[in-house]
Amino acid sequence: MSARLELIRRSLPALLGGTVITIQMTVLILLFGVFFGLIFAFGQVYGNKPIRWFVNIYEKLFRSIPELVLLLLVFYGPPSIGIRISPFNAAVLGLSLRATAYMSQIFRGTFKSVGSDQITAAYSLGMGKYKTFLFVILPQAIRVFIPPFANEYAIILKDTSLAYALGVAELLRQGQYIIAVAYDPLTIFLVIAVIYFILTFGVTRLLKLLENKLKIPGIGVEIG
Amino acid sequence: MEDKNRSLLNIIDLKKSFGDNLVLDGISFSLDTGENKVIIGPSGTGKSTVLNCVNRLVVPDGGEIWLEDTEIISCNNINEIRQEIGYVFQGFGLFHHLTALRNVMLGLIRVKKVPKKEAKEQAIAKLEQVGLLDVLDSYPAQLSGGQKQRVAIARALAMEPKLMLFDEPTSALDPELIGEVLNVMKNLAREGMTMLVVTHEMGFARAVSDEIIFMEKGKIVEKSSPEKMFKQPENPRTREFLFKLDELYGKGGEE
Ligand SMILES: Nc1ncnc2c1ncn2[C@@H]1O[C@H](COP(=O)(O)OP(=O)(O)OP(=O)(O)O)[C@@H](O)[C@H]1O
Ligand SMILES: [Mg+2]
Repeated sequence: MSARLELIRRSLPALLGGTVITIQMTVLILLFGVFFGLIFAFGQVYGNKPIRWFVNIYEKLFRSIPELVLLLLVFYGPPSIGIRISPFNAAVLGLSLRATAYMSQIFRGTFKSVGSDQITAAYSLGMGKYKTFLFVILPQAIRVFIPPFANEYAIILKDTSLAYALGVAELLRQGQYIIAVAYDPLTIFLVIAVIYFILTFGVTRLLKLLENKLKIPGIGVEIG
Repeated sequence: MEDKNRSLLNIIDLKKSFGDNLVLDGISFSLDTGENKVIIGPSGTGKSTVLNCVNRLVVPDGGEIWLEDTEIISCNNINEIRQEIGYVFQGFGLFHHLTALRNVMLGLIRVKKVPKKEAKEQAIAKLEQVGLLDVLDSYPAQLSGGQKQRVAIARALAMEPKLMLFDEPTSALDPELIGEVLNVMKNLAREGMTMLVVTHEMGFARAVSDEIIFMEKGKIVEKSSPEKMFKQPENPRTREFLFKLDELYGKGGEE
């Protein structure tokens, strides 16, 4: 037992190092996903036909390719035309392509959650499209956005473990290195599982608190 | 073009089709300052479309709409014109994430650029006018339908419009809540607000309107004073429609 604890104690720094990489990737992918997802959703809702068409195809495409295949394509694709891409960047890029598709869809749903009556009212007050979006749609969309965002966060966090396949020294890979020398896969994988759990549970918990804090009084009371 | 008695709102030969559905087939009428006109007519006749053309939420295919010296269809400052035209409709359109007070303040702050403190004072004054001082900090979901519609009226009034459009403002309300909204509207009319109202509340029309416009199939069939309209409508279609309204909503006249 104490040998186990000792192993955990000794491997923790390396695992935490991997955790930092995992978190970096997750944050970057989320940033990309939110940024481009927002733009895509905007294009889908307000854009002209070619833009809507593009977003539509994009979403369909990147939601139907397995993440791992996407990572491998991004990693091995560019070098074949002479562009070098690091494993870390390839993993972030590959997963961001996918995250953008999902975020775009989530944003679109949240924009549409604001009823047309409110938009009509805003226009009739002399608020143009831009002000209506900023002061009427966005503040309500953010609230609706939190639960699916929390869900998407958890998916992205877990998907970063796929970067393992490209050799990125993220949490899972670090674990593998340790297992190779200190042969005790069960212990190490358990520790890794716990770290993933803490990251997922902790953050979704925080988002839940935020959601409750932002809750609009009177709404959702009946539904629970 | 000097015209001293120029109307506040002048609609000339308004036309609109949705696809091949001809919805407005040459509508013309005008409102002078302080006048109150009520539009009635069967469902799908284009009543809402008339109002939506006036604030250009719907772009007409032809005709002219003058608000004083500005032609609305061709103007290039529609957001300024919309501030002069209050719009209250069946669905309220209250902003769910804002309190009653904030709903009224939003346009003042974001559109009129009124400083926050003044906006708050003005908003409170308008909410007082519609009898809602007790729900300033309530959110829309916490209000009754009648209260919601009164907030919507206060929100429109806060912009100090020259003209108020009402599109069936009481149709979504439970019968016992209709009165409170109609009373606010009657007071508004008596204080001299220029109002164009689509409604089937004939009691309201009788009490405050200067003219009733009966529309059918995109055309104005008849327009006349309420007395004349109810006592001796000229057109048989008008008579028929008013008779149906009586059956549906009861005799106009009771408050
Ligand atoms: N945005 C739109 N696109 C297509 N058709 C529309 C649109 N708005 C209204 N119409 C059509 O125009 C016609 C007139 O509609 P409108 O809402 O003006 O009638 P209304 O007199 O207000 O009827 P109601 O008493 O039911 O409110 C209807 O046939 C309606 O289906
Ligand atoms: Mg209508």
